[in-house]
Amino acid sequence: MLKFIVKRLFWMIPSLFAVSFLAFVLIQLPPGDFVTTYIATLASSNEVIDQNTAAQLRERFGLDQPMLFQYLKWIWGIISRGDFGMSFEWQQPVSGLIWERMALTLVLALASLIATWAIALPIGVYSAVKKYSIGDYAFTAFTFFGLSIPSFLLALVLMYVAAVEFGADVGGLFSQEYETASWSIGKMYDLLTHIWLPVAILAVSSTASLIRVMRANMLDELPKPYVTTARAKGLSEFRLLVKYPLRIALNPFISTIAWLLPNLISGSVVVAIVLNLPTAAPLLLQSLMAQDMYLAGAFVLLICALTLIGSLISDILLALVDPRIRLE
Amino acid sequence: MVDVTITNDRPDRVAVASQWQLIWWAFKRHKLAMAAMVVTVAMYIVAIFPGFFAINDPILQNARTTFYPPQRVHLIDTTNGFEIGLHYYPTKLTRDPETLAAIYVEDKAQKKVPIQFFGRGYTYTVLGLFESNIHLLASSDPSKPLFLFGADRLGRDVYSRTVQGAQVSLSIGLVGVILSLLLGIILGGISGYYGGRIDFVLQRVIDFVLSLPTIPIWLAMAAALPQGWPATLQYMMITIILSFTGWAQLARVVRGRFLSLRTEEFVAAARLDGVSEGRIIFRHMLPSFSSHVIASVTLAVPAMILAETSLSFLGLGLQPPTISWGVLLREAQNIRSIATAPWLFMPGLAVVVAVMALNLFGDGLRDAADPYNK
Repeated sequence: MLKFIVKRLFWMIPSLFAVSFLAFVLIQLPPGDFVTTYIATLASSNEVIDQNTAAQLRERFGLDQPMLFQYLKWIWGIISRGDFGMSFEWQQPVSGLIWERMALTLVLALASLIATWAIALPIGVYSAVKKYSIGDYAFTAFTFFGLSIPSFLLALVLMYVAAVEFGADVGGLFSQEYETASWSIGKMYDLLTHIWLPVAILAVSSTASLIRVMRANMLDELPKPYVTTARAKGLSEFRLLVKYPLRIALNPFISTIAWLLPNLISGSVVVAIVLNLPTAAPLLLQSLMAQDMYLAGAFVLLICALTLIGSLISDILLALVDPRIRLE
Repeated sequence: MVDVTITNDRPDRVAVASQWQLIWWAFKRHKLAMAAMVVTVAMYIVAIFPGFFAINDPILQNARTTFYPPQRVHLIDTTNGFEIGLHYYPTKLTRDPETLAAIYVEDKAQKKVPIQFFGRGYTYTVLGLFESNIHLLASSDPSKPLFLFGADRLGRDVYSRTVQGAQVSLSIGLVGVILSLLLGIILGGISGYYGGRIDFVLQRVIDFVLSLPTIPIWLAMAAALPQGWPATLQYMMITIILSFTGWAQLARVVRGRFLSLRTEEFVAAARLDGVSEGRIIFRHMLPSFSSHVIASVTLAVPAMILAETSLSFLGLGLQPPTISWGVLLREAQNIRSIATAPWLFMPGLAVVVAVMALNLFGDGLRDAADPYNK
């Protein structure tokens, strides 16, 4: 078991490198570079840059070197001194811009994940056990609704209702007076009063899919002979459920962490843009549009690393819970 | 526990029925799924012939009908005598005395405009093959157009645009899923069946693809797509990009089932009998988890529709003048335009209905797909 974990950890390293390289390639993919965009921006305000200045700019930011070299320089900076490079657009180190936003992204994702699990697990089991009961139909209706509505549409509708019916502004994660304030109890509380809305929006769609997964897994296990045997032994229905089929049905459930996290983060990108949240998403969008590649690269890399860790945790949990899965 | 069991009146028929016959019998008992199947089929018919179901030309702009509200359609006319027939009244423009916002009021003093079934309207092409101008519903007076769902910022008919958008939005899900399914079953099957080193490598690839947050990749790819590309090429590229991230989840599901089926007795028995590996996979194992594959695929089609909608909404997917539901919802992007024209949400309703119907349909199929497991 320990060997498995160590080996799995060891394999994280090439994955991380692959992910970082892909992030770098993707950011390089669009035609033109930052300087081209910069010149275009200046040109729109009637300022002109001559060829020499452009070349100087390219040299200063290392844009004239081959891509592989740029990548190696970038990744070495990150590993050796946590230096993610300079943001061209903001004219300051990337590391100063990303951490608070990444932290808020993580908080939002974790809160949504916990909310999703806490809601989906009991409902999924209930729906399977009481298959085709009124409760099952009600929850099924909810899951279909939750799966059908795009998260940005839900956010828009809620914003519309709040604005038109209550005259309230539900965007953002903080009230105005706390926006730039440093962290305090008051700010934490303020965050809590704002975060429930995006968490609820994100949890609706992920809960819906998890309930479906859980219900399907349980339905596969319930008719199996070992359940009948346990029932014949005289176990109470509850103990019987928790002791056998639930544990087996949890197996595919655990492997969902790995895709739930990137889904939540991807979903939160759209929701965060609609609700104007101070998470990584709006800044990432902006930086990609402006070809601010060190900033965008740092975000993509960190988000990918986050989801790789999620996948690692789910693999380890899977091996712990289900002794049938011995990968070696 | 009430199950959808096959309690046919004639057990002798059940005994000899084929697997698909049994599935169909079980599926028919699931009323909601049957209804969803009807809705799904109806929506795809609309998607094939959007011009026939539209009323006004979806790309026609009209400065005089900016943010025109949805019109009321009447069935019974009692103004002189008693007449039955779909009709509507032209509207009169008045202004709110305080805000000067436009208010349209039905003008019953004017003559009513009857709605014709299979009437003549604007000319459209059917799948690029031939032209027609027959519409399911047509206004009998083209100078007073009918706006069922109102009009948008440029005075275009939201109803006709929603109908037209069905074509792109619904087909993109199907095409993308077919591609994903092929990749997912082949790679997931290899990974789960062989296990060991191949499994390990493929698992890393799947992990890698799954750990990619889709939105930034789309952003980067959309930025890389040349602006001047024709709509069909753009459509193909976006379908490919969608399945680029879509296959991995299917592969994961297939692998998981293979891993647990690998140790089952019937697989061991087949292997001991000297059955070839291809036959074990396709003849013995694949049917056992077809219900799982169906559940995943039915989840994947609407997920693709949602992905296209979200991305076009953000401005990274399809670009106007292509009409898809996501492109239409961009009109509803800011709080001011939806506060003045809440009917811009109508394409969103179409998304919800389509995705819900597909999900319910798939769920019914899933429950019916395993007719022996009762």
